Amino acid sequence: MSKQESAMGSSPSGRRWFWVVLIVALLVALPVLSVFALAFFPEENIWPHLWDTVLFHYIGATLTLSLGVALCTLVTGVAAAWLVSMCRFPGRRFFEWGLLLPFAVPAYVIAYVYTDLLEYAGPVQQFLRETFGWQTSRDYWFPEIRSMGGAIAMLSLVLYPYVYMLARAAFLEQCGSIRAASRSLGCSPWQSFLRVSLPMARPAVAVGLSLVLMETLNDFGTVDFFAVRTLSVGIYDTWLSRGNLGGAAQIACSTLVFVVLLVTLERMARRRQRHFVQSPGAKRDYYVLRGGRALAATIFCSLVLLGGFGVPTLVLLQYALGNFASYWTDDFLSIAGNSFLLSSVAALATALLGLLLAYGKRLASGNTVRALVGFSKLGYAMPGAVMAIGVIIPLAAFDNTLDDFARRYLDTSTGLLLSGSVFAILFAYTARFLAVSTGAIESSLDKVTPSMDRASRSLGRNSWQTLWAVHLPLVRAGILSGAIVVFVDCMKELPATLLLRPFGFDTLATYVYQFASDEMLERSALGALMIVLVGLLPVILLSRAMRGRGDDTEEKPAEVAELPTTAAIG
Amino acid sequence: MLSRSLSKGFSCIAVAAATFGFALTSAAAEQVNIYSYRQPFLIEPVLDAFTDETGIETRVVYASKGLVERLEREGRNSPADLVLTSNTSNLMQLVDEELTQPVDSEVLEENIPAQFRDEEGNWFGLTTRARLIYASKDRVKPGEITSYEELADPKWKGRICTRSGKHPYSLSLIASMIAYHGEAKTKEWLEGVKANLARKPQGNDRAQVKAISEGVCDLSLGNSYYFGKMITNEEEPEQIEWAKSVNLVFPNQDDRGTHMFISGAAVTKHAPNRDNAVKLLEFLSGEQAQYLYAEKNFEFPVRPGVERSELIQETMGEFKEDDLSLTEIASYVPAASKLVDEVAFDF
Repeated sequence: MSKQESAMGSSPSGRRWFWVVLIVALLVALPVLSVFALAFFPEENIWPHLWDTVLFHYIGATLTLSLGVALCTLVTGVAAAWLVSMCRFPGRRFFEWGLLLPFAVPAYVIAYVYTDLLEYAGPVQQFLRETFGWQTSRDYWFPEIRSMGGAIAMLSLVLYPYVYMLARAAFLEQCGSIRAASRSLGCSPWQSFLRVSLPMARPAVAVGLSLVLMETLNDFGTVDFFAVRTLSVGIYDTWLSRGNLGGAAQIACSTLVFVVLLVTLERMARRRQRHFVQSPGAKRDYYVLRGGRALAATIFCSLVLLGGFGVPTLVLLQYALGNFASYWTDDFLSIAGNSFLLSSVAALATALLGLLLAYGKRLASGNTVRALVGFSKLGYAMPGAVMAIGVIIPLAAFDNTLDDFARRYLDTSTGLLLSGSVFAILFAYTARFLAVSTGAIESSLDKVTPSMDRASRSLGRNSWQTLWAVHLPLVRAGILSGAIVVFVDCMKELPATLLLRPFGFDTLATYVYQFASDEMLERSALGALMIVLVGLLPVILLSRAMRGRGDDTEEKPAEVAELPTTAAIG
Repeated sequence: MLSRSLSKGFSCIAVAAATFGFALTSAAAEQVNIYSYRQPFLIEPVLDAFTDETGIETRVVYASKGLVERLEREGRNSPADLVLTSNTSNLMQLVDEELTQPVDSEVLEENIPAQFRDEEGNWFGLTTRARLIYASKDRVKPGEITSYEELADPKWKGRICTRSGKHPYSLSLIASMIAYHGEAKTKEWLEGVKANLARKPQGNDRAQVKAISEGVCDLSLGNSYYFGKMITNEEEPEQIEWAKSVNLVFPNQDDRGTHMFISGAAVTKHAPNRDNAVKLLEFLSGEQAQYLYAEKNFEFPVRPGVERSELIQETMGEFKEDDLSLTEIASYVPAASKLVDEVAFDF
């Protein structure tokens, strides 16, 4: 914490920004606060029972899953990022952006697809049986896809791009001369990677990992389908089969402890990284891979991409084309339109609110502001359906109050203005994914040296004008990448959408779920494919924004300012 | 002063909102709004028939959780008229939270036998389903198992598949065991069943039959209509093979009868289209809808005298149903849920 910043905090504009942060944070934290409130009124105390019976099973499963996914995404993401950023091998240019593709695939969809493929009746085992003449499942061993291992694999295959994206940006950002120095001091390439590059990229990797873990904690579709009983399953069980919403809210709140821990870790990781962007590094040195090593690199990247994107997309494509004409209807198109529109508006809203929070935090520094911003991010880890109840509570309360008022004084009814409309879904998306865009913009802003602020202010601009004229252009890419991730996340969001949608309103996610949950994967395929395709657009945008930084830094010095901003999510 | 301008502002918003809301509602023709815990493919054919006959449009929100909570929060402004559920506990929950209104209809009383509806008219059962044991044709001899109790017999060790113990269908059966045998005995039984499981509880009822056809296990628990859904599945013919690999066992024919539960409906307390909702209810209990339920969904009509579908007659025949009060069984569901945790059934 530097002196300038605390000085800014006590200025009048700093105080005004404090109020901006306070209002925005409270607004988006409303659903989380509602869930907290619910937690104070459980039907009965569930803890003694849970403690005596299944609590440690839940916690054990949650920890195993989280650790497994963390490890897999870490290794895959960092290795892939290192290969495409620092090495030269066949296909690198394609993998550079191609490795982002799995990001558009929802975990529950890939879980459905792989189950279909790998289960006993699926083509793989059928082929094995025919080839080797096995009769029943008792004749041979085959890994069970619906298992903890399966769940770890599924989640890792589609979540590693978070780590990849951030690690890659961090590697590109690193000054080549430091690595060169390490080499000249006698480090082998491996040692240089482990001792210099990796530690320097650690903060960015930590941010990516924390996003992966939050997604993992929150996942219900995959773990439910694979019978992996994590805390998230425990929440739904306490709520639905015990009829104890308050108790469920208590478990939900206590899983937030994990998240607070993660967010704190992430912040600690980032605190060390207070270097601002220097002039673009000198010409990069690459490791040019040849022969077996080049082949291994290409195979590794291909496998990752095939697993997370190629195979699921091909399977879905095959299903969707099978009966394309009957699936491709006006209804379907309007559902796709709904998804696209909702996600776009939510992305816009989170970008705007995220900017207010991040900029407010920069100007009105202090523990309260930091706590508020941290608090506004909690929604990211609330299980979707619980979050949806948290959304209904304040919105319906508002609607009913307004309605009472209108009935009393105007002799008319206003009905369910907000809670009964699409607004409820938008609110849920915004409250849920604001963490993503705020984080992106925050880390972008962190890279802008405070002297910029001072220069602008000394030239007579106030804080809003400074934001508009100075910061906005600098963090544009950070805002963009945050918005893009939010967009894709909203396309995939299921439980809150399911519960909050108005009559006759569907999104692609609810469409897919309705068929897939009844083992009608073929009918759901086109919807799933559309989610992936629409999700691809922003991924392509994102990769274009990252383009050209890899090898041609000297040719495009103007873009270097954007470079760290892709490191922004979190 | 302040409050005046404040109330002025509020009025403006309210008027604007009201016009907006009015524009929305007046555009709609005669309609009935449904919150449904039942899946679209199960109810759409029947709802379409209703619209064809009456001209009343149906609008549905499908979700598997949280609709009761949504209804509760929406209060008197809720647009929902009717809630469709797939089990008794949701119906009881609606009544407990005072979210329903009694319906007094001669048609309904005539169509639906008393044991399948609430005395006060707060909820009505529409179809019944039986919880069956599916047994492998190859590996289980006919008559080798005849009751739920025998599922705990050690001779089935490693040979049983089932869905999660926390699923409403499982809980309902366990609750009925509590009703007959008490908690302690039921716990012992549940432990026995767990010890016999071939794999961790997972998947839906259909997936268990598939597992039998694959040789993973020899017995499974499942609802009766899934058999019909599978054996007639032309879209996914492999399901026909699954169905062919099993015999249906209607348990406890020598004593209390097979465990039954219902799907049902309730009219909401503040239903804006109450009359249409009642019309729909009456339609659903009528001969045509009951026949459709039986024909398309292979559920058993609650209305006496409606013919069971040919397929049901062929494959299931007549059997003895457990007629213990559904309300009583539902009251043991929380206890059942606790037992499932205590024996860590799902882990």
